[in-house]
Amino acid sequence: MATTFPSCQRSPAENNKETVPVERARGVLDLIGNTPLLEVRRLTEGLLNPGVRVFAKLEGFNPGGSVKDRPALRMAQEGLRTGELRPGKVIVDSTSGNTGIALAMVGVALGYPVELVMAANASRERMRIIEAFGAKVILSDPLEGSDGAILLCREIIERAPDRYFKPDQYNNEFNAMAHFETTGPEIWRQTEGRVTHFVAGIGTGGTVMGTGRYLKSQNPGVKIIAVEPDDPMHGLEGLKHMASSIVPGIYHEEELDAKIPVSTEDAYDMVYALGQTEGLLVGQSAGAAMVVALRLARSLKEGCVVVLFADFGDKYLSTNLWIGWQSWRRERLDQVLRKWNAFSNAII
Amino acid sequence: MPVRVRVPTPLRRFTAGSGEVSAVGDSIRDVIEDLEHRHPGLRERLLDESGELRRFVNIYLNGDDIRFLDRLSSRVKDGDDVSIVPAIAGGK
Repeated sequence: MATTFPSCQRSPAENNKETVPVERARGVLDLIGNTPLLEVRRLTEGLLNPGVRVFAKLEGFNPGGSVKDRPALRMAQEGLRTGELRPGKVIVDSTSGNTGIALAMVGVALGYPVELVMAANASRERMRIIEAFGAKVILSDPLEGSDGAILLCREIIERAPDRYFKPDQYNNEFNAMAHFETTGPEIWRQTEGRVTHFVAGIGTGGTVMGTGRYLKSQNPGVKIIAVEPDDPMHGLEGLKHMASSIVPGIYHEEELDAKIPVSTEDAYDMVYALGQTEGLLVGQSAGAAMVVALRLARSLKEGCVVVLFADFGDKYLSTNLWIGWQSWRRERLDQVLRKWNAFSNAII
Repeated sequence: MPVRVRVPTPLRRFTAGSGEVSAVGDSIRDVIEDLEHRHPGLRERLLDESGELRRFVNIYLNGDDIRFLDRLSSRVKDGDDVSIVPAIAGGK
């Protein structure tokens, strides 16, 4: 006979009472957002003017492990509100990983099946995590990159348009809205309105657009700086080289104060440097964003720079990010820090 | 007979848009040199300043990652398939 634990059982009367303390989440979706802001002190020690501080918004603390939990939830909520997402529908989208994980998680929480199209060279960990949530992974040609996944996803939907709900993160304004409603206000509150610069990578553009809009609505003087790979051929998973990509419909470059290119090698070096100075293992897009944040901070006389780290690095351990990292030693830090000097011209 | 080289989208600006080109050589390094001769600009995207394969570039010889073969010295023969694949898919 199975053992029962009376203390875990609710009486019928209790079922109608609020028995869960408010500080405890009642479902995984309640854990999305309200991520911590960490001051990046060790890496920047001795490099900045006294009036300059750099803070990292650690989006890896979201339950799905990345910033993408926010738009995935918001787009699904909007789908439910409009009726585009309703019982019988399957959530489908193209993604190289983090949005896929987020959609798979949100799908489980809301009770909808999820199918995701991704290039076959997306990291294995991310595919496994998506499958662990019970979602179906459909692989597209790795030589065609994320654009190939976008096109294959379109074909799949065209075959059975009534079957699917496509959040369409590249063109859904509720992607950016998620950040306008949550990420932006959180940063404003966490810096007590002192943020002067916001730095984030461009994948769909949702993070930098939505967060930027909110921060500018509070203080039009806040500068919004986007980070992109320096070449169409790059190794920065999650980021897009805009000039050579299908430009997302939600991306409005004119709203940015600057767009700074970063080489893959620099971003990888920064990932290693953050690991060995701050004790933070982040993904390569966070490394790229931090390169720009550091160079920007070194250019300022005073300011409060907030840089968004989209995720942690544990999902990339099987990827090329870690090829050759064993040869990276703390002594290399001085060399790379010299490389990441202040911007020579006033970019902003 | 030359080897067949499959080129990913981000590098097709060097191959007049073609996703598949021909090259000759006895090793992957030779093939890359020949590609550079035919399609200037490709080598710099594949190799770093020290002449090693960039960390975010994968090259497959008949489906096998050359990092698990003899790297750039991996021998190639007529009719082999060489695929250049970016380490990541880009976009989120």
